Amino acid sequence: MSRSPETSPAPGAPARLPPRARTLLRGGGLLVIGGVLLSLVVVSTWVGAKDTPPSQVWSALWTDDGSYSTDIIRELRLPRTVVGLMVGAGLGAAGAVMQALTRNPLADPGLLGVNAGASAAVVFGTGVVGLATFTSLVWFSFLGAAGVTVLVYLLGASGRGGPTPVRLALAGAAVSASLTGVIAGLTVFDAATYDYLRFWMVGSLAGRKPELVLDLLPFTAVGLVMALLLARPLNSLALGEELGRALGTKPARTRIVGLIVVTLLCGSATAAAGPIGFVGLVVPLVARWLTGPDLRWVIPYSMLLAPVLLLTSDILGRVVSPEGELEAGAVTALVGAPVFIAMVRRRKEASL
Amino acid sequence: MSAEETCAGAPSGARRVFLGTRRVRLLLGARRVSFRLHLRTLRVSLLALLLSVLLLGVGLCTGAYPVSPGSVVRALFFGTGERLAVHFVNQERLPQALLAILVGCALGISGAIFQSVSRNPLASPDVIGFNSGAATGAIAVIAAGSEAATSVALGAIAGGLATAAVVFLLSSKGGLQGARLVLIGLGVTAMLGSVNSYVLTRASLNSAQSAHIWMIGTLNGRTWGSARAMALGLFVLLPAAALLGRQLRMLEMGDELAGGLGVPVNRARIALALLGIGLCGTAVASAGPVPFIALAAPQIAARLTRSPGVSLLASGAVGAALLSAAHLLSGQFFLVGAWLGERVSWLTVVDESQRNSQLPVGVTTAVLGGVYLTWVLFRRRETRRA
Repeated sequence: MSRSPETSPAPGAPARLPPRARTLLRGGGLLVIGGVLLSLVVVSTWVGAKDTPPSQVWSALWTDDGSYSTDIIRELRLPRTVVGLMVGAGLGAAGAVMQALTRNPLADPGLLGVNAGASAAVVFGTGVVGLATFTSLVWFSFLGAAGVTVLVYLLGASGRGGPTPVRLALAGAAVSASLTGVIAGLTVFDAATYDYLRFWMVGSLAGRKPELVLDLLPFTAVGLVMALLLARPLNSLALGEELGRALGTKPARTRIVGLIVVTLLCGSATAAAGPIGFVGLVVPLVARWLTGPDLRWVIPYSMLLAPVLLLTSDILGRVVSPEGELEAGAVTALVGAPVFIAMVRRRKEASL
Repeated sequence: MSAEETCAGAPSGARRVFLGTRRVRLLLGARRVSFRLHLRTLRVSLLALLLSVLLLGVGLCTGAYPVSPGSVVRALFFGTGERLAVHFVNQERLPQALLAILVGCALGISGAIFQSVSRNPLASPDVIGFNSGAATGAIAVIAAGSEAATSVALGAIAGGLATAAVVFLLSSKGGLQGARLVLIGLGVTAMLGSVNSYVLTRASLNSAQSAHIWMIGTLNGRTWGSARAMALGLFVLLPAAALLGRQLRMLEMGDELAGGLGVPVNRARIALALLGIGLCGTAVASAGPVPFIALAAPQIAARLTRSPGVSLLASGAVGAALLSAAHLLSGQFFLVGAWLGERVSWLTVVDESQRNSQLPVGVTTAVLGGVYLTWVLFRRRETRRA
């Protein structure tokens, strides 16, 4: 993290290099991360409870010979990996946009209650309305995520001091707690819904159907493209409202589009994989630490780093306990929470 | 209660009677003890306690099996009347309503202590992670197959203590800072929430369901045993609170001033933190982590009493009233829901078989508490810093 306050970003971290070398370095870094991600995709289709030799994985990708191993790869591991890619990219980009939007390096869809909103909506959809398909649930998830995003932001920003991290986090915690109560009330006497919910609440990539990939694709794609387009206006907004306006950015429009992006990405990711915490928090922090505060780099880095974290967590979970499988959401929380706590401990009281 | 002994050699001006404040002198054995009483605080506390008792009375009469006030009195004092009414009133509604009062009182006092010691009006056992740690402990015990109340309670206390200790240690870098305490507590809570969800997926559905209900916080099914244990806990802890309350008031004036007045600052703070955790622990052990009472009760008490400092008495009384009200509401929820369901066809949340069940009280406090905290945040113009 850069030493200067987050609200007025200093030039990039490798400041001594000439601009072109800096761009080359950052682009090279992006390529390296892309390579790592690609190899993780390979490992993710290869590693699992059932041993499959690499040659078989390769042939299964192209032809369906009807064998059991091919089925596992085509029906289980491949969709799981692709869903992990999309969910990860979505959460990473959403986290970066959210942190820029709130000018708050501690913003995270989980801490700010977006996940709880989506969860409550999904529980309402399954338990009360009786929905079961992804496409119908995802709209509920969107509605929940959107409502809570706007509510938490309004609450956090309502004071004179603007949206400080503590206010936003507390507003998120308050809304989450209320929604947890609602979820509990809806599931307490409904064992079937609760049984579905308890597995969904962990946040997992396991058992995703191949059709989910196509259902998820439009939402994630639109969200990611919008996030990339937002990088420049968010950059000028980071200089302050007035300077941003002078540079030709419309702050209100940027905020609204930003909220739409966050909702689109978090809502679809949560609907697909359950509430996965801390990815949207930790990844943009690491990205900023690698590239400096320029969002034109932070957002693409986050998009690639987040699936790296998510797939690594998923693979780790599979390797650590091959029988029961440790869900990806549990692993990301165990990795992410210490980073968050270290961050809080490093910050000075004045900036909290 | 804010009881202050007169210091020997205090300036005589300190004996002046302030507006709304009375100085009470008592002879306890050979010692002369004097209190400063904030009359409004006393009035608010008495009113809150009265309200709790009133709510308890209403709760005894209402429910899936309504009992007339006359029958309640007969069942309570003479044990006569319809057998079912006597059973419901004496064996179910009374212990649970009493437990609501006791747990609410413990949570209110514990919240007041936490908020005062950490100098942050938003610190409470829920926010700093005590409750999620307790939940982790309890879930671990339940998932291991034991559902005996005692072992679950012990697991909860152990988990809560460990978590609170970790949060305090992590946030005590260069002195305890309120905002850092809250943020680290939230981080730890989020992490433990994930651990809890994970453990719940590994348990059988039955265990998971009972752990789930425990985690919400509930008074349903509690008997005289729990009420007696809770009363015993308060019997030990309340006198300690009364004694330490004076030091708490002095610590609020600042460490240096308190030290100058003869308060052993560090020792007092540790003793107070232990007391707060003890109160919260007994409450969680007997009713589960009922959310928001500990956060809201001291704030509402301070607003009502208009007193600048913390009042443990008023916080406890308000906590008792809040939890009693929530308990009463939870008992009526399904009745109202079923009544609505008979009239509005698309409201299928409550079906006929649930008519007689009670909502866990934690659901009510979570929903109302979230609304309350939202309102507090919305209203507050500036974040108060420590």
